[in-house]
Amino acid sequence: MNLNPLKRGESNATSAKFDRRAFIVEIRALIALAIIVIFFSLLSDKFLQYSNLVLMTRHVAMNAILAIGMLLVILNGGIDLSVGSIVGLSGVVAGYLMQGAPVPFTSHVAYPNIWAVLVISLIVGIFFGWLNGLLVAKLNIAPFIATLGMLYVARGFAKLITNGETFTKLAGEPNLGNTGFLTTFAAKPLGIPLPIWVMIVFGIVFSIILNRTAFGRWLYASGGNPRAAALTGVPVTKVNIRIYVLSGFCAAAVGVLFTADLHAAIPNMGEFSELNAIAAVVIGGTALSGGRGTVRGTLIGAFVIGFLVDGLVLIGVSVFWQETIKGAVIIVAVAVEEIQRILERRQKLKSAS
Amino acid sequence: MAKKGTIAIEAHGVSKNYGATEALKSANFQAESGKVTVLFGENGAGKSTMMKILAGIEQPSSGEISVFGEKVSINSPAQAQALGITIIHQELSLCPNLSVRDNIFMGREKLKRGFMNYSHEEDVTRQVLKQLEEIIDPKTKVENLRLGLQQIVEIARALTINSKVLIMDEPTSALSSTEVAVLFKVIRDLKAKGVAIIYISHHLEEALEISDHAVVLRDGQIVASADVADIDMEWVVSNMLGRAFKEQAHKDSGRAKGRNVLEIKNAKILERGIATSKLYAVEDFSLTVKAGEIVSIYGLMGAGRTELMEALAGRDDFASGELLLEDQDVTKLSVQDRIKAGMGLVPEDRQRDGLIQQMSVGSNLSLASYMSHIKRGFVNRSAEKVKIEEAIKNVRVKTSGRNMPIESLSGGNQQKVVLGRMLLTDPKILLLDEPTRGIDVGAKGEIFDLLRERAEKGLAVLFVTSEISEAMNWSDRIVVMSRGHIVGIFKPTEVTREQIMSAAEATKEGVRA
Repeated sequence: MNLNPLKRGESNATSAKFDRRAFIVEIRALIALAIIVIFFSLLSDKFLQYSNLVLMTRHVAMNAILAIGMLLVILNGGIDLSVGSIVGLSGVVAGYLMQGAPVPFTSHVAYPNIWAVLVISLIVGIFFGWLNGLLVAKLNIAPFIATLGMLYVARGFAKLITNGETFTKLAGEPNLGNTGFLTTFAAKPLGIPLPIWVMIVFGIVFSIILNRTAFGRWLYASGGNPRAAALTGVPVTKVNIRIYVLSGFCAAAVGVLFTADLHAAIPNMGEFSELNAIAAVVIGGTALSGGRGTVRGTLIGAFVIGFLVDGLVLIGVSVFWQETIKGAVIIVAVAVEEIQRILERRQKLKSAS
Repeated sequence: MAKKGTIAIEAHGVSKNYGATEALKSANFQAESGKVTVLFGENGAGKSTMMKILAGIEQPSSGEISVFGEKVSINSPAQAQALGITIIHQELSLCPNLSVRDNIFMGREKLKRGFMNYSHEEDVTRQVLKQLEEIIDPKTKVENLRLGLQQIVEIARALTINSKVLIMDEPTSALSSTEVAVLFKVIRDLKAKGVAIIYISHHLEEALEISDHAVVLRDGQIVASADVADIDMEWVVSNMLGRAFKEQAHKDSGRAKGRNVLEIKNAKILERGIATSKLYAVEDFSLTVKAGEIVSIYGLMGAGRTELMEALAGRDDFASGELLLEDQDVTKLSVQDRIKAGMGLVPEDRQRDGLIQQMSVGSNLSLASYMSHIKRGFVNRSAEKVKIEEAIKNVRVKTSGRNMPIESLSGGNQQKVVLGRMLLTDPKILLLDEPTRGIDVGAKGEIFDLLRERAEKGLAVLFVTSEISEAMNWSDRIVVMSRGHIVGIFKPTEVTREQIMSAAEATKEGVRA
């Protein structure tokens, strides 16, 4: 019989326990990634080749950037289904501007330089994210519905702009002063494709935002208990709008990178990528109920999904099986945590009696 | 800081209407610097509404507020804070996923060059917790703290704000008597510094002990006010109820005690939450409850009462031991099966564990007995309706109809709904965890009257309480728990408050030594 008060109840409850649960979830995602890497490297010599790793990481990067934006939204208990369409719309806007945009009410055609193209494309993403935020935060429309609607609206605009076609003249012309779109946004500094650099920078910046700024604190607070956060003076409405703006911004960045990567602006670009982004966030240990999750976990999640899919392609698994396996992995990733919880509990009871 | 006796905050002719309901009718209220003003009133009397108005959470329909003589309109909690008004909420307003430190500085984060200044926040947190005599690491997540400590965090947050007016709405509902004593010391310090404190509590004695001036609200109107030195409990209670009130003295009920309904044999229950821990919240617990008997379990916070109740209800497992319901072994049954077998649990935290906020009064009432209205796969709505109407009448829920949202009810009436829901399942035994937490004297009496009525008809009742008077007044046997063990079983007619108190406390201190 142990009645020492320091060992009972209080000491347990009041010491700052290192957050074991969150740690285990991330470790587990890392282990899953390790298993994927080992498994595919045994089945294919190409898997671990430098060029293949770079290629796969470039795919991962696109999804990871979207997933970081998605993480912010999910941390607040929301969801953003419109990011895939915003990728398409921003990419198409970039392509449209590179082709030359007729100035309304004149016979002039404007050829903005590539930095202006970048900024306008990003603003388009930010604007649609802002609309999402207003619908959710000001009109109290459920995030699922608001962003589902925006998914169709943004995709519709993308198709309207191109009239269903694809823009391929993205190189620009020296005499118009708008060259460099492809060389800049599909550049490979130090031999590594730009999307990977962007993923790294976004990863660091958003990590700092979440952990080191007041905005990050507000986000975790309003995701954990919005009522309590509001009562203590956290600007919950502002936070709620801002996360959708940031998600739209991330999506627009992917849109521009994607267009440059493909050398073409395709209106269907980014279709279904919102689902991959959600999967990455969830595999990374983020709770859909809000308040829990990290950038680090999300990045690991994006690698799990990306390496898995590319690995399956590499060893020649059929497209149909790829989807089935990807789905199963998502379910298993979440189920494992619950199973572990049940096992732990049984173990505890057994060892006690 | 303002001189003692200055009027710090004043509400003049304040009214508040929610639809057709008048929560406040042209009420005048004031609180002075350096004094504790206590606000008494039954549930629904308008206390919380008044406090919400002063704290900027609600806006008055008419009337004026002045702070230090200046007319102001307080439109948001942030604005109230800027005016020096802070509130400790009755229902905890913490983010469970964040640390103690983050909760304390929520909404007013300390920055250094644009980034979070965690070390400063932690220092302040440690300081204020030290003042409250609690050793909690600032980085502990709030969800890992027991309810009492969460309330301490809520109080600590208010203390870190240098406020001129501090509103405390039921600050002690989850605190142990030691913790209350520390809080009172802190309140006296604040008083000395000239803070105006407005105090609300359902513990009348406790409130009288700490306050200087008492104000009573009834039906949205101020009906009496006096210096605490000039009044007593009777004054408070009769003004609250608007009639004379005599405390229900215990008489031996003379109820026939029937067969054994519930038998707990050598129960051991593990501490919750911490996976690696092999510590017991409850050990060697054996108890028998007979039909028609009301048994209370008294103990301080952390005595293991809640863990015991959860395990009895089937939400937690016995590590070892047996649970018999009329000789049937129910140890392994799930919550649903236990309810079917005739056990009902009324949880401690009715907001979190008891009510479905989105559902109506009626749906909340029929939640546990829903299955009995299903015929051939469909709900027999008319039968359900009859049962609900009956329950509203039987447990005396004050509501304008079964379709009203549950949120429209006062705390006491919400508790009656939770109780009524379990009574609808026709239980053999009812388990109640702190059935009167945060509800007023009148409703308390009504709830225990209901239990007594049912006991006359053979229901066995086992309830947990942290108020000795409840155990003394309403139960046939008092089981005192401390640190997971039974330390005494008393008959209310043969024991004094002091004896119970010392049984619960002395063991605690003895163990500590």
